[in-house]
Amino acid sequence: MSTTTLAPAAAPEELRFYDLDEHPHPEGHSTMLGFWIYLMSDCLIFAILFACYAVLGGNYAAGPAPKDLFELPLVALNTAMLLFSSITYGFAVLQMQQGKVRGTQLWLAITGLFGLAFLGIELSEFHHLIEIGATPQRSAFLSAFFTLVGTHGLHVTFGTVWLVTLMVQLGRHGLIAANKRRIMCLSMFWHFLDVVWIGVFTIVYLMGMLR
Amino acid sequence: MTPHPAPETGPFLGRLSLDALPLHEPILVVTFIAVAIGGLAIIAAITRYRLWGYLWKEWFTTIDHKRIGIMYMILGLVMFLRGFSDAIMMRLQQAMAFGGSEGYLPAHHYDQVFTAHGVIMIFFVAMPFITGLMNYVVPLQIGARDVSFPFLNNFSFWMTTAGAVLCMISLFVGEFAQTGWLAYPPLSGIAYSPNVGVDYYIWSLQIAGVGTTLSGINLIVTILKLRAPGMGLMKMPVFTWTSLCANILIVASFPVLTACLALLSLDRYVGTNFFTNDFGGSAMMYVNLIWIWGHPEVYILILPLFGVFSEVTSTFSGKKLFGYTSMVYATVCITILSYIVWLHHFFTMGSGASVNSFFGITTMVISIPTGAKLFNWLFTMYRGRIRFELPMMWTVAFMLTFVVGGMTGVLLAVPPADFVLHNSLFLIAHFHNVIIGGVLFGLFAAINYWWPKAFGFKLDVFWGKVSFWCWVVGFWLAFMPLYILGLMGVTRRMRVFDDPGLQIWFVIAGIGAAVIAVGIAAMLVQFAVSIWKRDQLRDESGDPWGGRTLEWATSSPPPVYNFAFTPVIHDLDAWHDMKARGAARPTSGFRDIHMPANTGAGVILAGISLVMGFALVWHIWWLAGLSFVALVATAIGHTFNYKRDYDIPAAAIAEVEDARTRQLAAAGA
Repeated sequence: MSTTTLAPAAAPEELRFYDLDEHPHPEGHSTMLGFWIYLMSDCLIFAILFACYAVLGGNYAAGPAPKDLFELPLVALNTAMLLFSSITYGFAVLQMQQGKVRGTQLWLAITGLFGLAFLGIELSEFHHLIEIGATPQRSAFLSAFFTLVGTHGLHVTFGTVWLVTLMVQLGRHGLIAANKRRIMCLSMFWHFLDVVWIGVFTIVYLMGMLR
Repeated sequence: MTPHPAPETGPFLGRLSLDALPLHEPILVVTFIAVAIGGLAIIAAITRYRLWGYLWKEWFTTIDHKRIGIMYMILGLVMFLRGFSDAIMMRLQQAMAFGGSEGYLPAHHYDQVFTAHGVIMIFFVAMPFITGLMNYVVPLQIGARDVSFPFLNNFSFWMTTAGAVLCMISLFVGEFAQTGWLAYPPLSGIAYSPNVGVDYYIWSLQIAGVGTTLSGINLIVTILKLRAPGMGLMKMPVFTWTSLCANILIVASFPVLTACLALLSLDRYVGTNFFTNDFGGSAMMYVNLIWIWGHPEVYILILPLFGVFSEVTSTFSGKKLFGYTSMVYATVCITILSYIVWLHHFFTMGSGASVNSFFGITTMVISIPTGAKLFNWLFTMYRGRIRFELPMMWTVAFMLTFVVGGMTGVLLAVPPADFVLHNSLFLIAHFHNVIIGGVLFGLFAAINYWWPKAFGFKLDVFWGKVSFWCWVVGFWLAFMPLYILGLMGVTRRMRVFDDPGLQIWFVIAGIGAAVIAVGIAAMLVQFAVSIWKRDQLRDESGDPWGGRTLEWATSSPPPVYNFAFTPVIHDLDAWHDMKARGAARPTSGFRDIHMPANTGAGVILAGISLVMGFALVWHIWWLAGLSFVALVATAIGHTFNYKRDYDIPAAAIAEVEDARTRQLAAAGA
């Protein structure tokens, strides 16, 4: 109230209008935010595919329905593969934080193998469906089913290619800042796919069996 | 239903054969000859003056947001000329085709013209223009050196360009869609559109869409992360605010378009049944999805221009913007509301009274924040010292024109009225009223306003005024008759008419389009004359209008690093505040500046995408596969490049800044 309120009168003299002691933004400072926003845009694509499945999923066109097609034990196994791969990716990140290149690569490789197992099981399921005539062309339900599950599978495929690329880059440059950032981005991507799969498992498979 | 049977496919060239060249359509042959001669002349000139190296090194591979912004504007301008020639062709056809006359355009061609006009004007004119504007201005306004992801910015530009090129190829190789600009199924399905038109449509939009989405992400992150110290969200210039909201809308809506078009292409290529009439498909699903993208899209287009009008009004009234806070909240409200009104595009679908009422009311509610904005601009002008320079003239024209468009929009928002007016020329008049009166007038205001910043000299006023009056008068002449025709029940996309009583209105509209054509020509003359007389129009100060925001704090054109020292912000209208308090520009103590390095990866990736798109259109499967593999390989290869930056040494910066000091001293600033 008394003396302190008078002091700021001199302040405008000291106002700085330019940052004379500037330090550059650290490299990749906004990559994480950017990648988050990208993931949300990808999430919207899945949202549309889910919406299509919700609207068209009951249109069997006198063809097979979920109960005729899905084998829950197989899908449960597949879900386990993907969930395990998320855990092992977490282990890779832990190794990265301890600065261990080999350990990181090893857990990434294990993650990739789980991813491949997931894709293998999914492809064999698709193969089986197509063989018994439940093709994407058969009904709107099957179009929506194959597109939703297939798009997720494509994402996992892309993630696996990225994972291999990253392992090579780790081998070349080690755990430099750029590579750590890439590991964290792929981590977000991988866990995101896991979350989407939970939606697929619940809405497509579990609720499909209840229909 | 189908004009031509689906052509046979070969293993090597797919559906592509000599029949794809429209040699039987004289209009297209003449156009092709003109384009070919013009293109060859440009290529010859570039070669003659040895500019290829310069263009490649300084422009095509640039990651400088300012140059990318300018390239976007050039793309928009070129495509605008194409889109406008489509418009003139339609006006001519509709003015002629009465009393048994078939006009001069066959149906097959006319249907492509109206489709291409819509697609090009929205995706390859309006979008590049606003993206270019945001690219150029936003980093300068927030005191940043570049965007957050400079390479991605270059890549986005080239993807947009690749989409535009693919769309242009359809003019001379094959055909474009004949479905209307949103390609509703089942018409756009394989049964009714077996040829390449819809495929051109799909792939040009998908390729450009990648660029748009990524550039949206880029600008959001830039605005959130790279603001100068002291610039809190509520101290951001209004244009930056509206850009932020527009880019949020881009990221929240373009993925929907991507998914929607992907499903349509699955129907066409794989034979799935999303939008078919049989096997359980639902065409209305497509209409919903495309408008869930489509309605936010119109706000993506208009919001940045609302920002432009705010900047222009406050600068040329010499006053702080009236109601900054309400302006920001109005923008955010519009952003959110734009997402819950999409069904008003098809009230006639038959969703029932409750659903239609909901969407009718949300639509009408949007007029409240928009109205608040208009009053803010008016109150900014009130008791201001208004200077009627060109940007301000465009702004006043916008206010008068846009209000009419807004009111007819509210009329259309009433579902029972919409049942009468749906798909009529009244609707056509309405959305041209808001897009031309809002988006285009705003762009012209912006071009006249920021041109001196980009090039260091003002635009010629005389030709600017000629263009202005031709555009404004031409607009009213061209579109008021369409309101009247729409009220009489005339529907859109008609090629011939029976009732001779209607002809006079179409003739008036055609005259209006001709007046607009003069306005466009005057604008091109304005650019040419200004470049010719650039020394007389030169601005040395970097602040020709008495600007209020940070882009005017640096030289015109700004150096590659924008600001030698990042400004510190204490107030809204930061540059006005700095001028008022006599902030001195530092002239020594420069440091190295870290900047991103140019790369050709964006051009290459977009080029491969273009080849892939072309191959997919024509079912050249081996080429599509090959280019897909090349695309992935190049993208992965690019990630192995870790050295993406360089330092501008302090000495080089001192040199540029000393020259600027001398320039300011000479100008007496």
